Amino acid sequence: MKTQQEIINDFPILKVSVNGKRLVYLDNAATTQKPKQVIDAISNYYLEMNANVHRGVHYLSELASEEYEEAHRRVAKFINANGMEEIIFTRNTTESLNLLAYSLGLNELKKGDKVVVTRFEHHSNLVPWQQITRKVGAKLEFIEITDDGRLDMESAEKIIDDNTKIVSIVHMSNALGTILPVKEVSKLAKEHGAYMIADGAQSAPHMKIDVKDLGVDFFAFSGHKMLAPMGIGVLFGKQEILENIQPFLYGGDMIKLVTYDEAQWNHLPWKFEAGTPNVSGGIGLKVAVDYLEQVGFDTIHKIESDLTNYAYEKLSELPYIKIYGPEPKYRGAVISFAMEGIHPHDIATLLDEDGVAVRAGHHCAQPLMKLLNTDATTRASFYLYNTREDVDILIESLQKIYKLFS
Amino acid sequence: MSSLYRELIIDRYKAPLFKGKLDSPDIFFHDANPLCGDEVSVYVKLDENKNIKEAKFEGSGCAISQASIDLVLEDLQGANISEVLKLDKDYIMELLNIPLTPVRLKCALLGLKVLQAGILVYMKKQENDQE
Repeated sequence: MKTQQEIINDFPILKVSVNGKRLVYLDNAATTQKPKQVIDAISNYYLEMNANVHRGVHYLSELASEEYEEAHRRVAKFINANGMEEIIFTRNTTESLNLLAYSLGLNELKKGDKVVVTRFEHHSNLVPWQQITRKVGAKLEFIEITDDGRLDMESAEKIIDDNTKIVSIVHMSNALGTILPVKEVSKLAKEHGAYMIADGAQSAPHMKIDVKDLGVDFFAFSGHKMLAPMGIGVLFGKQEILENIQPFLYGGDMIKLVTYDEAQWNHLPWKFEAGTPNVSGGIGLKVAVDYLEQVGFDTIHKIESDLTNYAYEKLSELPYIKIYGPEPKYRGAVISFAMEGIHPHDIATLLDEDGVAVRAGHHCAQPLMKLLNTDATTRASFYLYNTREDVDILIESLQKIYKLFS
Repeated sequence: MSSLYRELIIDRYKAPLFKGKLDSPDIFFHDANPLCGDEVSVYVKLDENKNIKEAKFEGSGCAISQASIDLVLEDLQGANISEVLKLDKDYIMELLNIPLTPVRLKCALLGLKVLQAGILVYMKKQENDQE
């Protein structure tokens, strides 16, 4: 088993200095850093394997195709899907959710039908449904948030009804860190015959995902938030549903037979992967998944919950800090906060001077920010390479900032 | 700790000299930076030669955006509106005298841009009234 120091040593970028200080990277909910194993795999792909997939019969093309398919199989196993047929590679979670809005939403929704999301959604699980429901004359409704920043299950039970055709909810809120009860909501959706989608962009990096146990029909996530490169994302979908819905993008590689007048679709998952794919990204994702499983989600959870509890406690001791969202046991490794009288952008800029990278802003969740009665928050988010020392540096820097403004 | 947040910026953020509203201003304009939610509204009264007689602002947002408009309104008292239109980012950099990254430069420029947009609307209206 790797020690945490060995984990840290795997991430070359953590040795970068920022303004003469050690980089303290606490912006993991935006994107994570990459271990050298992933960087090497990408580099190695271009050094030794690069060719277009699924068409050439030459050595490199066959090698690249095999590696790319293997990446699908690896991801299928990672989330307990039935096989490669259920794993579509996309660019990111946003593209995965857009695929569903078009392929599922546009084709399956009728006037008067209901799509249900939550008040927590990232713009990527909100805006596509706004557009599609408007286009087909369906309604978009919201499961409410409780006063302490959790999902209101009573509201879920009220809103999900027999008119509901699609339920699409975020698994872990990027803005508040709240973990939502996907399994319970899936049960409600199934009772009413609705499709169930979970946005796992923030959850898949941090916890063992079992799509069967969650009871979802679809599960979307991004590689870059879980040690893989940018530009590779995943959509899991149940095979029997994917067989029966329309493709999202049309063109090369997604067809079996084409005449000048019509076309037949390729088998899964390629039916949903039009055009030359991100092969090196897929291979990078496979190695990232290997890495995460080698470390183990138990270990990752142990590191993260320790940091989240520690940071929550330390921040709570500062009277001028207001923490958003629920207590630590209901949240992942994300803490959003505000500091009395100081704008989040000023906080983030000043933290940066101490080498601390955080996110400041609306976190692509403008309606949620409005609901919380704020424009923006400062967000610190942790991952397996963060330490208590990182939290200490954050806290010290925040104390200095408050002093500067008072 | 920071050259970006020198005393003047923080003082003027906490205790701005030109914050407030003007009744029936000649020039009024409001805009926001959608990325960070910084907001600025400006109110200006002009004298007969189109010089700035009195100016106030309202707003919310980061220290850079709010201190910047306060310093701009102080600096431009009595300035002719046609001169104000010629000002650009170099003027702001010199006025604030702090190192600004491209992202934070947007915060610093917001106030001046709002003022200039208000002047353009005012000039357009004058033109139309004359026709």
